[in-house]
Amino acid sequence: MDSNQDSMTTDLVVYAVILLLACAQVFVLRGHLIPMLVVAAIQAYLAVMFFMHLRSEKSTLRLALIPVTLFVLVMMNMVWADSYRLIHMKPFAK
Amino acid sequence: MSEANLAAGHGAEAMEARPFAIPSKKLVMWLFIISDACTFGAMLFAYGYIKNAAADWPHPFENSSIMNALLMTFILVTSSLTILIATRHAKVGDKGKALMWTFITVVLGLAFAALHLKEWFGLIGAGVRLFQNPWGAPLFGASFFAITGLHLAHVVSGAIALTVVALGYKRGRYNSDDLEIWSLYWHFVDLVWMFVVPIVYLMNASAG
Repeated sequence: MDSNQDSMTTDLVVYAVILLLACAQVFVLRGHLIPMLVVAAIQAYLAVMFFMHLRSEKSTLRLALIPVTLFVLVMMNMVWADSYRLIHMKPFAK
Repeated sequence: MSEANLAAGHGAEAMEARPFAIPSKKLVMWLFIISDACTFGAMLFAYGYIKNAAADWPHPFENSSIMNALLMTFILVTSSLTILIATRHAKVGDKGKALMWTFITVVLGLAFAALHLKEWFGLIGAGVRLFQNPWGAPLFGASFFAITGLHLAHVVSGAIALTVVALGYKRGRYNSDDLEIWSLYWHFVDLVWMFVVPIVYLMNASAG
């Protein structure tokens, strides 16, 4: 395992960046869903690659884990159209 | 293939190399993490669905709740750093420091849980129940408590697991790899919170 290859300095920088991004979500982007989710995705990327050391694992592991997870999560987006139907197209809407 | 053949070396050439070059326990943890990511993803999508479909979705989180969530984020991300430090010490064989940093992580996890429960009791005191609340869409309580409750259960079970592994590591039953594998779980719990905060808290902050 290669967890010790990353220096403590890198861990501290990643930690600080994740916290700064969390502050940006709260103080700058609050209420804006898409920008907040983009920031959350960046935080998640940093956590997975640096804290969980996925970047120092074999690329086959990354290929086995990341695409399938993203595929499932992307496919879940199909629900949005139906969620708006309940408000705008319900049978007895006036 | 029989044990005797394996012991004699017969068939050793038939054994495949590990495709991911990691211990099987670590691969199992990664597989658990991606399945759990899909579980949380489904819950957050369901939350969004219910919110979109409700005409009167409440926005109950005042600034104090948002600051509480930010403090919880700070505690959880810090606990990710402390478990990293613990793993680093375990890798070089410094058992004492590895245990100390692991238990600091557990304490931070419990502090996070305490702040979470404080938030829960505040909402319950304001009249929020699973299927009713004073402000609007009745499913707000069910969806909020389901998502944050599942996350809280992960934090508490992670704190218990880290304690068990740390004590086993102290006695020599577990090694540094076990500590690293459970640190993956802990980082994942941190990662999920990064999505829960904007979707559940920041999108439902009150205007004031």
